[in-house]
Amino acid sequence: MSDALASRPRLRLSLLLAGPVGWLVVAYLGSLAVLFVAAFWQLDPFTAEVVKDTSFDNFRTIAEGEVYKDIVLRTVGIAAAVTVTDVILAFPIAFYMAKVASPRLRSLLVVAVLMPLWSSYLVKVYAWRTILSEEGILNWALGPLGLSGPEYGTTAMWLVFSYLWLPFMVIPIYAGLERIPTSLLDASGDLGAGAGHTFRRVILPLSLPAVVAGSIFTFSLTLGDYITPSIVGAGKQFIGNVVYANVGVANNLPLAAAFATVPVVVMILYLLIARRLGAFEAM
Amino acid sequence: MQLSRGARIFLRVGTGLTLAFIYLPLILIVLYAFNERRIQTWPIPGFTLEWFEKAIDNPGARDALWMSLKAATGATLLALLLGTLAAMAVARYRFFGRETISFLVILPIALPGIVTGMALNATFREVLEPVGISLGLFTVIVGHATFCIVVVYNNVVARLRRTGGSLEEASADLGAHTWQTFAFVTFPALRGALLAGALLAFALSFDEVIVTTFTAGPDQTLPIWILSNLSRPNQLPIVNVVAVFVILLSIIPVLIAQRLTGDTEGGVVPGAGGR
Repeated sequence: MSDALASRPRLRLSLLLAGPVGWLVVAYLGSLAVLFVAAFWQLDPFTAEVVKDTSFDNFRTIAEGEVYKDIVLRTVGIAAAVTVTDVILAFPIAFYMAKVASPRLRSLLVVAVLMPLWSSYLVKVYAWRTILSEEGILNWALGPLGLSGPEYGTTAMWLVFSYLWLPFMVIPIYAGLERIPTSLLDASGDLGAGAGHTFRRVILPLSLPAVVAGSIFTFSLTLGDYITPSIVGAGKQFIGNVVYANVGVANNLPLAAAFATVPVVVMILYLLIARRLGAFEAM
Repeated sequence: MQLSRGARIFLRVGTGLTLAFIYLPLILIVLYAFNERRIQTWPIPGFTLEWFEKAIDNPGARDALWMSLKAATGATLLALLLGTLAAMAVARYRFFGRETISFLVILPIALPGIVTGMALNATFREVLEPVGISLGLFTVIVGHATFCIVVVYNNVVARLRRTGGSLEEASADLGAHTWQTFAFVTFPALRGALLAGALLAFALSFDEVIVTTFTAGPDQTLPIWILSNLSRPNQLPIVNVVAVFVILLSIIPVLIAQRLTGDTEGGVVPGAGGR
């Protein structure tokens, strides 16, 4: 058996690929295809059974529903706001890591940024629910100043998402900045540019692909989420919440599948733009 | 490089603030685990170890932990097998559609979790339930393995590219069988990458919420247990303790994986627990 393999590289390759490709194509892509087809089915309003007739009714319902439009705009809007916030928060620390810190401190900082990226998502959202609660630490800290923190809702979601996905922005920007030769920055300084000028004219254009690479994570992760809105959103729904409610509670898989195509289409468009901007090489 | 005093201070302060922003919420949850009151207010009035005892005795949390450990172990083993096979094919052979494999492997983690969850849920109910397999541990393992393949794959591909194929060719030239070459040449070179990939896959699975809600049926993993108990104020002290435990259990494997691969090799970055 072994010798049969040694002389037949094609056979060896097929044996290697059969498992993973079979799994991903049959089980995963197959499931996705079924889901996509299901988006064109309907739910019989009387029997609550799925009727397998192809039509665009679900898409029409979504396109015409005012509620759905609000939800899509809210989801995409917060995803965009989170992305911008994370870029702003990530730049100083990424720059410090890439260009200022000593090698020892740098690897410490990389671990420090990566570690919470892997610690429980749910625990982090829960932590923020506690922080933002009426008697939480934020109101306690802001109270003496006559201020109060945001209540649960849109602002809270923006804050929590920005927190959750920040490490996903720091790491690519750090990697992108590390690739910019320091001599270029020194040259800009020697030629009389101030820090702000160098940042705008040299650093920002050169690190743009890395920023876009990071934004793929922050944007897509926000876009597909529904847990955070259900915990700190105070009833403000995301696309995911509607999809989830239609699968779980209303048992209307066709409508859920149709609405789920919205974030997928948005993400595909986003990825196409990102590829143009060179983000894939920066990942 | 040369930086003005102002720029240097700005970067230091910015770095410090961002690190504080990242870590304060996690530290806060750890502190609340010792809160002697049931209500999560600040400042914490007094500290106790009571909730740790209660959490250890909590049957729901214990069952969920056991389920999570089984699911993560199963998903990790499957991901190790499938990820390594795909990585060896991509790194050692040229074939039509090779580029598609890396895309295919990343897809389950790149698409919103709810899409993956729904798709698998619909398929499991259509295909598996008629043959008597209901949603539960098995379907969770299948679902988790699907998006865990990528972390194993990334680590193994990176290692295979770095080591090159000449050692394996030498082994074959010296008369080793395919299996001998794998056991004595390829596998030892991959050991670190496999362990790192396995640890990351375990952490990823252990933490996952969304795909799990669609594939677990009535069974609860630890994150699902936390989610369902968030709405019960009485249970929050125990949730805090479980949260601390989960933080530790998801951070330790990543630290070890980081040690094993160094921070230059791929694999640690992609993927979020929540998605």
